[in-house]
Amino acid sequence: MNPHVHALPEATLPRSFRLLRILVGAGVVMMLWRFLAGLGATTALNDGYPWGLWIAFDVVTGTALACGGYAIAILVYVLNKGAYHPLVRPALVTSALGYTLAGLAIVLDVGRYWNLYKVLYVWRWNPNSVLLEVALCIMAYVVVLWIELSPAFLERWRQSASRALRWISQKGDPILQRALIWIIALGILLPTMHQSSLGSLLLIATHKLHPLWHTPLLPLLFLISCIAMGYAVVVFESALSSHLFHRRVEKRMLASLSSVMVGVLLVYLIARFADVVVRGQLAAAFRFDGYSLLFLVEVALFLAPALMLLSRRARSRSGSLFRAAMLMMLAGAWYRFDVYLIAFNPGRGWIYFPSVPELVISMSIVALEILGYVAIVRRFPILGGLTAATVER
Amino acid sequence: MTMNRRALLKGLGAVGVATATGARPVTARSRRPVAEDAVGMLYDATRCIGCKTCMVACRRANHLPYEKPGHPWDDPVDLSGRTKTVIQRYRGREGQSYMKRQCLHCLDPACVSVCMIGAMHKSEGGIVAYDPDRCIGCRYCQVACPFDVPRFQWDSPTPKIVKCEMCRHLLARGRRPACCEVCPTGAVQFGKRKALLAEAKRRIARHPDRYVPKVYGESDAGGTQVLYLSSVPFEKLGLPHLGTEPIPRLSETVQHGIYKGFIVPAALYVLIGAAVRRHHRQRSVDGRKEET
Repeated sequence: MNPHVHALPEATLPRSFRLLRILVGAGVVMMLWRFLAGLGATTALNDGYPWGLWIAFDVVTGTALACGGYAIAILVYVLNKGAYHPLVRPALVTSALGYTLAGLAIVLDVGRYWNLYKVLYVWRWNPNSVLLEVALCIMAYVVVLWIELSPAFLERWRQSASRALRWISQKGDPILQRALIWIIALGILLPTMHQSSLGSLLLIATHKLHPLWHTPLLPLLFLISCIAMGYAVVVFESALSSHLFHRRVEKRMLASLSSVMVGVLLVYLIARFADVVVRGQLAAAFRFDGYSLLFLVEVALFLAPALMLLSRRARSRSGSLFRAAMLMMLAGAWYRFDVYLIAFNPGRGWIYFPSVPELVISMSIVALEILGYVAIVRRFPILGGLTAATVER
Repeated sequence: MTMNRRALLKGLGAVGVATATGARPVTARSRRPVAEDAVGMLYDATRCIGCKTCMVACRRANHLPYEKPGHPWDDPVDLSGRTKTVIQRYRGREGQSYMKRQCLHCLDPACVSVCMIGAMHKSEGGIVAYDPDRCIGCRYCQVACPFDVPRFQWDSPTPKIVKCEMCRHLLARGRRPACCEVCPTGAVQFGKRKALLAEAKRRIARHPDRYVPKVYGESDAGGTQVLYLSSVPFEKLGLPHLGTEPIPRLSETVQHGIYKGFIVPAALYVLIGAAVRRHHRQRSVDGRKEET
């Protein structure tokens, strides 16, 4: 086993992990029910709100929260800040799990899942469909993420007792090393494309989405906010694993990372506000009706972490860093829920509130993600202590 | 290939600007011409007596089950996964009117624009047709449709989208859509869109007192192939003000504006690849320095 990895005996996992396992079990039961009885029996979805919690939360918010790998990759590879290298692998784990489980949510949500493979029929592609681009990008990115993460598996398997795994490690490594640059580049390109397109998806709903949210800048706003969410998740995740695995937090690194986060947040806020002003929606923003309040809370949620982390002192305190990251994640989620559900009004009296099975399945997917994270981190060389040499070799 | 950081950032910046400016419709996509053979329906609400024969005929012709199975009578009140057309009644200050809800068969339909692999497609005569074999059940057509038309079979584990396809199976056999065949007053008629539009305008000209002076669908949402005449304002009948722009215009303009036929992603990929390579080289040099 890699000497840098801190193994953790099963017993020291918090009791709450049993709850997570129970949740996953309940989720699996609900999923079976959904496939046997159909969407009408198990969800509150209707013809006015054909997209509900699974799309708004598990897919749209879930993949944005899984942008840690993307956000860190921009920092390390595009802006050439090698100092952040130790954050790459843990971020990739959350991303790989997040995107894979978003894929599961899509399979649950679409009505005719047995036709899903047909999106690969190139000759039938509709280039006007934003959703097609999103679907293809997400499929490809799931594969890319696991490949990006595979050096961690191969490293571990080099010392495996199984001959097959040792063989895979030996053969796979050189191939991987040659392709890795272009795989990493894909890992930056694909999220840039589909995270912005997740915003473009709602452009078609001109007459359903409230004008405070419906703007040609939807793709840009989704892109910037997913990067901010990615950094927040990295901060959140490293705090969590330092707690679970009794490790020291990379304080200095996280502090400087959060200064990047502040910058991204401010760019987002400027774009969001300028857009509202330019489109003449400022009055609607301060009408103090339901939509206005929704908008103001959303903006406040983005503004709060930016202000909290403005001072260097605050950034160096892990408590305020953690709280700001939580707020940032909440802000991005709030924005996505607004666009996909709350500020989306199909008219004709349609209403939607998620059903119990929808909620249980969504929670079980989060639980699965946490369990998966812990399982991978405990078995493979993911968390810090990796020197630059072991990452690069 | 050597590339310093400034040049790289400039390149990325340029792509970013292209993305941002692409978000504003600079060269909006052109309007599609109306096909000569476009078929359509004309529903004249002032002629409708609300007998709902069309609903019964539609159900039979399309082999749709009753709205509530097991009930002694059939009484759908809205479109649904079992009902492709429904007669609704409006009563209010502007008087009273019937309204035939069904797919309007847009000239430039949002559902077709968003559909991933063409389950929703423009078929012969401009009919917006549905092919379940290509449908994944993502329901993006429902999100996109401004008329709340496509419905989903929520109660089925193997669901389909349900919407009026102008009885294209009957048209193929030389017949008319079932609702138009049975309508006792000629309130809903089938024909070439061009002829129906002329007829609608003739009726308004002959009885200006009887009609709102507008044919709904002539240019609404880029034009529809099902046209409406009414004595009460159209929005009272659930036909909203949508303007004359085709619904897919904005999203298609933004999307193609950003991607420019995939040139922008390809360029971005090369730039990112160059950046990653530079990063790797630099690190391996640094690594060697540390070793020595």
